Amino acid sequence: MNRTLGWLVVLGLVAGLVMSFGVAPRDAAQGNVQRIMYLHVPSVLVAYLAFAVVLVASIVYLMTRREAADRIGHASAEVGVLFTAITITSGAIWGKPTWGTWWTWDARLTSVAVLFVMYLGYLLVRGMVDDRERAARYSAVVGIVAALDVPLVHFSVYWWRTLHQPPTMLKPGPSTMPGVFATTLLVNLAVLALVYVFLVSKRVRLLRREEEALA
Amino acid sequence: MNWFEPMMADFAIQVSALKKIYAGRPILSDVNLAIRPGEAVALLGANGAGKTTLLRILATLSRPSRGTAVVAGHDCVKHAERVRECVGFVAHGAWVYDDLTALENLKFWTTLSGRPTDAETLRVALTAVDLDRFAHARVRTFSVGMKRRLALARLTLGRPRVILLDEPFAGLDQQAGKWVDEYLAAFKASGGCVLLTTHSFGRGLGVADRIVILAGGGVVLDTPAAALSNDDVRRLYEAHAEDDA
Amino acid sequence: MIYARRAWIVLWKDALAERRSKEALNALFFFTLLLLFIFQFTLGGDRERLADALPGLLWLGFVLSGLVGLGRAFLTERDHDCWEGLLLSPGDKSAIYLGKLAGNLLLMLLVEAITLVLFGVFFNLDVGRHLPALAGVVVLGTVGFAAVGTLFAAMTAQVRARELLFPVLLLPVLVPVLLASVKATEAVLAGEGLSGVTHWLKLLAAADAVYVAVGVLTFDAILEG
Repeated sequence: MNRTLGWLVVLGLVAGLVMSFGVAPRDAAQGNVQRIMYLHVPSVLVAYLAFAVVLVASIVYLMTRREAADRIGHASAEVGVLFTAITITSGAIWGKPTWGTWWTWDARLTSVAVLFVMYLGYLLVRGMVDDRERAARYSAVVGIVAALDVPLVHFSVYWWRTLHQPPTMLKPGPSTMPGVFATTLLVNLAVLALVYVFLVSKRVRLLRREEEALA
Repeated sequence: MNWFEPMMADFAIQVSALKKIYAGRPILSDVNLAIRPGEAVALLGANGAGKTTLLRILATLSRPSRGTAVVAGHDCVKHAERVRECVGFVAHGAWVYDDLTALENLKFWTTLSGRPTDAETLRVALTAVDLDRFAHARVRTFSVGMKRRLALARLTLGRPRVILLDEPFAGLDQQAGKWVDEYLAAFKASGGCVLLTTHSFGRGLGVADRIVILAGGGVVLDTPAAALSNDDVRRLYEAHAEDDA
Repeated sequence: MIYARRAWIVLWKDALAERRSKEALNALFFFTLLLLFIFQFTLGGDRERLADALPGLLWLGFVLSGLVGLGRAFLTERDHDCWEGLLLSPGDKSAIYLGKLAGNLLLMLLVEAITLVLFGVFFNLDVGRHLPALAGVVVLGTVGFAAVGTLFAAMTAQVRARELLFPVLLLPVLVPVLLASVKATEAVLAGEGLSGVTHWLKLLAAADAVYVAVGVLTFDAILEG
């Protein structure tokens, strides 16, 4: 079952690359740089998915104290942080030629960066607490606080920027997006979601093995 | 008060197949122990044998990795709050705030447990441990033994049915030790259950009905105390616990 | 009723200990005074530049003294294993959280009042004229700050690298509270009143409600040690 998932991921990644570089045309305004969006946008969506899973796993863990829930939360947070890092890095690479700078305090960039440090904190707690059970409880609380903070961060950062200057660039809504762009984005989103599931399941299994080895 | 409570509480403490892993290291691997109401058990073992860990699990401070611990008919994990209502626990820390007086400390803990705190009750408890003269002195100025006695006063105010004591005689002088012995004897006679750890031979064994030696993560000896002299206990301890250290 | 009494006794205990030792208040007062010096030295004597930065500086002062103050809020519970006692006392643990939160809130508000007076004296801030609106913003912001701060302080009190972990966990979570508080304070100090920043005040109120609720619901999981 796991092997099948692995091959699906490989196939999906190939398909995603073909869609992004072969099928989708060169963007008229931005050129090839625009293709980074096929990685950037799905990454951030998958990161949000991962953090939502952390929230649910944290609540379930605190209510039932089932180690399985904790392992899923742990794994999902790690993969979520990974995808957040991909989002930020790809955004910076795209931003350099487009905006002329690696980093700008744009509303969405900033709120993703805040998310990144919040969940790094979650992983930091896990690393700094020796007792497995205590680490699970503490990080579950952080996982809940962080997730509930996400909408607050989003609104506050958005207002903070937009009350001073108009949005840096207009967001291309799905309706104005040519079909092939949207399809490519969707294919990549599905592929990255698959990668997420694959990584989390691998990591959960590894965490379980580690604990079994110690027990 | 439900009708099946006496049956459930056949044993005041019941531990079965208890296992505890801490930081990847097994502390307790398979502990089985049952103690009846009105019975006092002294728990002996080398440093690191898991005496304190076992006590902390029974007090609901720590959760077992496997197995079950039941105190006064309540599971220590599933019904920790119920267990806490019945258990009195004194370990190394005396649970005192240095900037509060002895009386204020007692008032704090009793109120926090949701129990009445009229001045008279608190006074009586302080007098019992011979601290009434220091009722309004700040605990910062207290000696270790005095803090310990204050902790015992706090214990009695909780009206426990099961008492768990970790090294209760450490830092106590002869007189205070005698008071503890008397209190525990009376507590036992009223149907209370006592589990105490000690490695000072003699002290604390007087009140014990049974001696249990913990080694290698489990119970290696469980024997009635009546027939044993202090020297017997020491010999047994050396035979069973020392090789574990 | 018993719940309220249990929360109250925690506040009573902390306030009494603080009144006698004055440990936190003295240290925080001195710390705040030093912060003012540092702001002055690092930003230079340019009055106008300072005036522009004042709302931010004010909250920077609150945050720094709050981090120091909250960070030590649970240290007395570690002495003599009082922590165990809090956990083992029968009853809802959230009462302890609310008592602790009330104590921390009082301490922070006191320090913030002192900070405001010091700002008034040293940076020519007309505190009196803006007082009602300013007090409202400060209280709203501080409740959210203290609510998560109390929760995370309890969590990190038992961790080795407490001094590091506490701010690292707290600051990112507080981004919304900080942005809202600074924006609202800017408006107040500019003499615009609160009418233009109601969205920020609503955000602050929402954040306060969310943080206190999470604290109440999860504190027993933290207290387990």
